[in-house]
Amino acid sequence: MTQLSWLHRTVILALALGVAVMPTLYPWSQVLLTLALAKGLAVLGVVVLLQAGQVSFGHAMFVAIGAYSATFLGRALGGGDLVVVLLGGVLTSVAFGLVIGVFVVRYRYIFFGMLNLAFSMVLFSLLEKFFHITGGSDGLRVLRPTLFGQSLDRATFEGILFYLTLALALGLGWLVHRYLQSPLGQALSAVKSNETRLEYLGVSARHVLLVGYVVSAALCGLGGVIIGLVQGLVTPELGYWVRSGELVFIAILGGASNVTGAFAGALVFEVVRTYAAAFAANIWQMILGGVLLLIVLFAPGGLIALYGNSVKKLFARTRTEP
Amino acid sequence: MSPLLRVEDVHIRFGGVVAADGVYLDLEPGESLAIIGPNGAGKTTFLNICTGYLKPTAGRVLFEGNDITGQPPRAIVRLGIARAFQIPQLFLEHSVLDNMLIAAAARTRAWNPFRAMVALPERAEMIGLLRQLGVADTAEQRVDGLPEGVRKLVDVALALALKPRLLLLDEPTSGVSSSEKFQIMDALVQALKNQAVTSVFVEHDMEMVSRYAHRVAVWNGGRVQMVGTPADVLADADVRRDVVGI
Repeated sequence: MTQLSWLHRTVILALALGVAVMPTLYPWSQVLLTLALAKGLAVLGVVVLLQAGQVSFGHAMFVAIGAYSATFLGRALGGGDLVVVLLGGVLTSVAFGLVIGVFVVRYRYIFFGMLNLAFSMVLFSLLEKFFHITGGSDGLRVLRPTLFGQSLDRATFEGILFYLTLALALGLGWLVHRYLQSPLGQALSAVKSNETRLEYLGVSARHVLLVGYVVSAALCGLGGVIIGLVQGLVTPELGYWVRSGELVFIAILGGASNVTGAFAGALVFEVVRTYAAAFAANIWQMILGGVLLLIVLFAPGGLIALYGNSVKKLFARTRTEP
Repeated sequence: MSPLLRVEDVHIRFGGVVAADGVYLDLEPGESLAIIGPNGAGKTTFLNICTGYLKPTAGRVLFEGNDITGQPPRAIVRLGIARAFQIPQLFLEHSVLDNMLIAAAARTRAWNPFRAMVALPERAEMIGLLRQLGVADTAEQRVDGLPEGVRKLVDVALALALKPRLLLLDEPTSGVSSSEKFQIMDALVQALKNQAVTSVFVEHDMEMVSRYAHRVAVWNGGRVQMVGTPADVLADADVRRDVVGI
């Protein structure tokens, strides 16, 4: 078992290293990879809730909350500093996650999913209608922040943002993994299997779920801030329900049982989407749909389970050989 | 000595069914009380009221002198009342040991999100509990693959993991093969004694009742018909006719 976990760690680090050197070999890949990793952070938030068996169809709202609040903050400060903007976006998402979470953790399954969707649609229409503040459907331009007071040109900023996002993905991925292995994270999957027993152990399922919800809001918010900074523009479309569905889509594609799955799913999704859009502009959604169909039918555990199964097979084979 | 649990004039009804119609009962610390009675007499309802699952329309439940009537189950559990269920309530996707460790974390409030559950210091204690109940060999197995009898024991072990002062058991050995029944109850009674746990158990098997209970309460039509030693109660003509069925 420890042998396997060492293997997993090595594979993850090797992949991260591969991602890290990609932009030096193919400069065009940098923006794509930054977006994919940022989306992976948001998907990680959805994965946390999936541990409790709860699917949110509104989590793109936290992506939008993160992106818009960071943009407002940046514009108020005349650009602001990267660290301030990131923290501001995440803290605002946490605050919204706490308030919305208090309502939605009272519900489960379809009601949980739909209530999240409802909240996200309210936010979406507010962003569209309060034109004089939010710029309506045209959105707002994001000012490029400084880093510790130093102003950066576009290329340097994008480079820094890429490596920062990669570091955050690794660091937060590890922390979320630890959280899911802790009793608090295990209680999250206990919410899925037996709330009665949880209550009779003296634990409030709602509190357990609320912690998970706030964590997921923070991750989506962080992803949103980064997406806004990379695109240089935030629009209400960031929080549209199709975007929420996309987060769930990627979580299932990558494998919902696992932290690594979120990032693997996001990377594959972005790459497939980019290539499919470039080479088959009219049917790229169909290609993505086909990929998901194959995954659901033949690898319900997602990409990460495909990897896990093949490693297990390999181990079994080497062990049976004389 | 003041009673550990005092139930005063508790009433509840479900539509036309009167499940508790003025229930009075005192539990002495350290005793083991069996509840017997025909189906529908309100035995499980009584457990549901004591643990906060149901709120009585009238009456009070006092635990160590404090009114706990209508508090939610989790608050009552934290005061020291644990429960084992007639149908085992377990975390099906976890291993047996993980079930126990979640209970241990709940007891010690070990909610540090960066400390792995497998590293909890209560691990050995939890394995010890499983061993006492004779199910330690299933520790690493997922619960959803286990037979009902084993699940039943794990359910009891989960309740014991909370180190309660009062344990309410709803037919602890139903679903367990009759050849193992006494062996399991011996182990359970020993575990209760070791931890100085007061216990209440609903039971249909009169042999179990006479062997393990200090006192017996007979339920009938939502009321306590009689309370006494097993010998007295089982010798009573009404009880023999209505409950034992001889």
